[in-house]
Amino acid sequence: MDPLNALLALTNFVLIPGIAYGSQLALGALGVTLIYGILRFANIAHGDVMAFGTMWVILGTWLLQSWGVSLGFLPTALLVLPFGIVITILYLLAADRLVFRFYRKQRVRPVTLVMASLGVMFVTNGLVRLIIGPGSQYFEDGERFIINVREFVAVTGFEEGVGLRTAQATTIIVALIVMAVLFWFLNRTRTGKSMRAYSDNEDLALLSGINPDRVVMVTWILAGGLAAIAGVLYGLDKGFRPFTYFQMLLPIFAAAIVGGLGNPMGAIAGGYIIALSEMTITYAWRRVVAHLAPEGWEPTNLLQVLSSDYNLAVSFAIMVLVLIFRPTGIFKGKTI
Amino acid sequence: MSVNWRNIFLFAVMGLALVMTGMYQSWTLALTILNMGLISSIMALGVNMQWGYAGLFNVGVMGYTALGGLAVVLIGMPPVGEAWSAGGLGVILGILIGIGTILAAIALWTRMAPGKLRVLALIAVLTGGFALNRYFFLPAAAAIESVNPASEGYLGGLGLPVLLSWPVGAVFAAAAAWLIGRIALGLRSDYLAIATLGISEIIINFLKNEDWLSRGVKNVVGLPRPVATPVEMRQYEFVFQMSQMTGIPINRMATIASMAGFALLFVLVLAILMWLAEKALNSPWGRMMRAIRDNETAARAMGKDVTKRHLNIFVLGSAVCGLAGAMMVTLDGQLNPGTYEPLRYTFLIWVMVIVGGQGNNWGAVLGGMLIWFLWVQVEPAGRWLAEVLTSGFGVDSAVRDHIMNNVAHMRLLTMGVAMLLVMRFSPRGLIPER
Amino acid sequence: MSMSDASDAEGAIPPVPDNAVLVGERMTGGYGGADILHSCTIAVEKGKIAVVVGPNGAGKSTAMKAVFGMLPLREGSVRLDGRDITRLTPQARVAEGMAFVPQNNNIFPSMTVRENLEMGAFLRRDGIRETMEQVFELFPILREKREQPTGELSGGQRQQVAVGRALMTRPSVLMLDEPTAGVSPIVMDELFDRIIEVARTGISILMVEQNARQALGIADTGYVMVQGRNRFTDTGQALLADPEVRKSFLGG
Repeated sequence: MDPLNALLALTNFVLIPGIAYGSQLALGALGVTLIYGILRFANIAHGDVMAFGTMWVILGTWLLQSWGVSLGFLPTALLVLPFGIVITILYLLAADRLVFRFYRKQRVRPVTLVMASLGVMFVTNGLVRLIIGPGSQYFEDGERFIINVREFVAVTGFEEGVGLRTAQATTIIVALIVMAVLFWFLNRTRTGKSMRAYSDNEDLALLSGINPDRVVMVTWILAGGLAAIAGVLYGLDKGFRPFTYFQMLLPIFAAAIVGGLGNPMGAIAGGYIIALSEMTITYAWRRVVAHLAPEGWEPTNLLQVLSSDYNLAVSFAIMVLVLIFRPTGIFKGKTI
Repeated sequence: MSVNWRNIFLFAVMGLALVMTGMYQSWTLALTILNMGLISSIMALGVNMQWGYAGLFNVGVMGYTALGGLAVVLIGMPPVGEAWSAGGLGVILGILIGIGTILAAIALWTRMAPGKLRVLALIAVLTGGFALNRYFFLPAAAAIESVNPASEGYLGGLGLPVLLSWPVGAVFAAAAAWLIGRIALGLRSDYLAIATLGISEIIINFLKNEDWLSRGVKNVVGLPRPVATPVEMRQYEFVFQMSQMTGIPINRMATIASMAGFALLFVLVLAILMWLAEKALNSPWGRMMRAIRDNETAARAMGKDVTKRHLNIFVLGSAVCGLAGAMMVTLDGQLNPGTYEPLRYTFLIWVMVIVGGQGNNWGAVLGGMLIWFLWVQVEPAGRWLAEVLTSGFGVDSAVRDHIMNNVAHMRLLTMGVAMLLVMRFSPRGLIPER
Repeated sequence: MSMSDASDAEGAIPPVPDNAVLVGERMTGGYGGADILHSCTIAVEKGKIAVVVGPNGAGKSTAMKAVFGMLPLREGSVRLDGRDITRLTPQARVAEGMAFVPQNNNIFPSMTVRENLEMGAFLRRDGIRETMEQVFELFPILREKREQPTGELSGGQRQQVAVGRALMTRPSVLMLDEPTAGVSPIVMDELFDRIIEVARTGISILMVEQNARQALGIADTGYVMVQGRNRFTDTGQALLADPEVRKSFLGG
């Protein structure tokens, strides 16, 4: 029996990666949920928009690296991130101007907007593959570890070690800052409040003199910023590959739906719920249980519920359960 | 019904494009495009039934076609006796336990009074059932996969005529659609989109990873064919005569004859489906479906069970996609789960439906043929264009290399732009709904 | 009931008072199809309460929407303080000093009472503290619940939020579409008391009501509408006393 080592193994293999991944999902889900709350459609292009923003940050990182510019132990990508955010925002504003605005003014059924977002997804995906190609890109530089497992073990003398990668720490810190700023914006500023009002009751917002075009524009700006940040953090942590970003759409939407579509608080909770469930269900628990089991009773098989190839299935299953039992999500989202 | 010269003209132009391809490029290319075009048309037809008749947004086409493809393996391939004796029993037991667990969980949930006890009982049943399932299933699957892994390592199929797998593929897809439909229909349309997107990714993951079933990414090759192979074709007298008459070498003529055989089969299936689809569309049932699509609230108020009707059409349309998936795998002669990509198998089908004309079956068929033709032909055109545009960079320029490497993705962009343009400026498509 | 004879009652169109703040005169129009309003006139004087009553489907709410610019007019005009505002959008009318409380969905449910009031004052760039204080004085319960999401409040409290939100623009005219729909009689009486108080501060009130008897009780002017036309117009008390009005519209 050695609960401390079990806890260390759990932290190293489940909690830290889970919280980092959860932060990435939460930021993605926030973008999706804001668009759903204000523009009232599920934006299928969001995953590819994340890839689009990340692509520019990667290109910028390469350029800075070739100039010899770096950010010390932090990844150079953080230096380029603002540039990536601006480009992503401009791209989304252009997409709105050229595609979505037309349908919005016609007051079409939401499904038509979803379909238009399908077209935008196609174009975005094509652009990304055309410019940077479909392959994997790794752009994490700087110091790789803040805490190294081997050093941790050497210093503390425990059997299990806890490692913290710079990308993971960066993800968690940046995500917390972004969420804090976003909630401050939504709850404390005039523009943020007008967005919530518009999301709550569009007609009454118009009667109160809130300018819908401005609300929509700010929404795209926030969504673009969130998408670029989420994409870059994910890419630093796990590497960039356009197709992976497309596939992220499922856990992101699962997170937003679990938390209640249209509810920002729910999107964050949903992101962590999905990520930690994924980690819990696809982690081989033998190592942790071995520390807890009495001498001689250590498990012989992996104690893994599902292979990690099925991580998408986990988020899907959770989403389905929520849709069956509580379609408005854990935090109440928009009416269905 | 009056003769619609415009539509006949559009189809004639399509045919002419294929003939030109045959004359100026090669007949095998033309037939390759035709065969995949016919399959695409059937997929588009399935999607159009869901979207055009009922306004249901299905972005999981890929999953249903893949299930159809699985049916070809499970029906057409001979059984692997050694694998069955190694782990057949364990796998079946595991599956039965899995189904039993789910049924028990559902029964428990509906019978027991709500409360903490019910939740605890449910968790107990699910964990216990799952552990039991793993206990029997995992060693059995491993045993199966270790049987001659280079060429087998799976249970094989039933060894039945391969054509039987087409309707079976439709049934597979229909079953998956029923499950998804029960969950997501009746909620907002966005949820159906996300749910179908998810299930199709999971189906592909499943096919890639469950080696005991269909060899996963190791692929099943050498599937039985319903049409004579080119080698067999060479023995036929008429192939020889055709070769003599046209001056095309006998080898190529045999290939053409084999492909033409497929084409005839596909045209037959398409014709039957079109006949059924048109008949359904113009029946009272079809009128009701469109009435529901155009005004759901009114239809509901008139006592129509909208969700149930939606489930019907969703299952039907997905079955058609499954059928097309089975046909495609039969044509390829192999199941290759690694090649299933949503952009190609789901979103391209949507481009076909939108460009062809939402809500019109003929439009879907034309869209399927046309977009597939462009999908194949845009690539060489794009390559040529890129070569011309980048010629200034010099032959060994890195920029030029990079662009030439990625030029294949140009067509994604082209298709996306085409879809957006048609949606915006000609939303009714090439052949509008009547 | 035979209402069709109202069609020949062209003479029922009331004269417009000289000192009216808001006038919708001889309004005719509908939602694209057939006309719903037929030469309908409604007006309210400064600091007075005008109430529109009538049977279901008489076009009361439509008349209100027409005055507020939510219904395109084929004929007739709307004037505010003597200026023609017929062509203005509803949003522009809000800026001109009109406030409208819709019958349903008239609050921002996920936002707190205070935020609802702030949104009401969205167009104002000056300090709103004083106005909010006045609203809290008018509806003391709102001060108590100011940090609660309005979706959690009772029906009567929500109506108070809705009225309070509309008052935040410091309008010259407050328009209410069936403010007492779905609230208990006690709450209704209280709400009417508050509305009288609002009118005393100099704000003109134009109100559509289903509870005709109680509403006419507080009305300076009452309009009885039938099938999109004016049928009777008089002071509230006079209408309550009119045997024909009592028989046909107030249940005897």
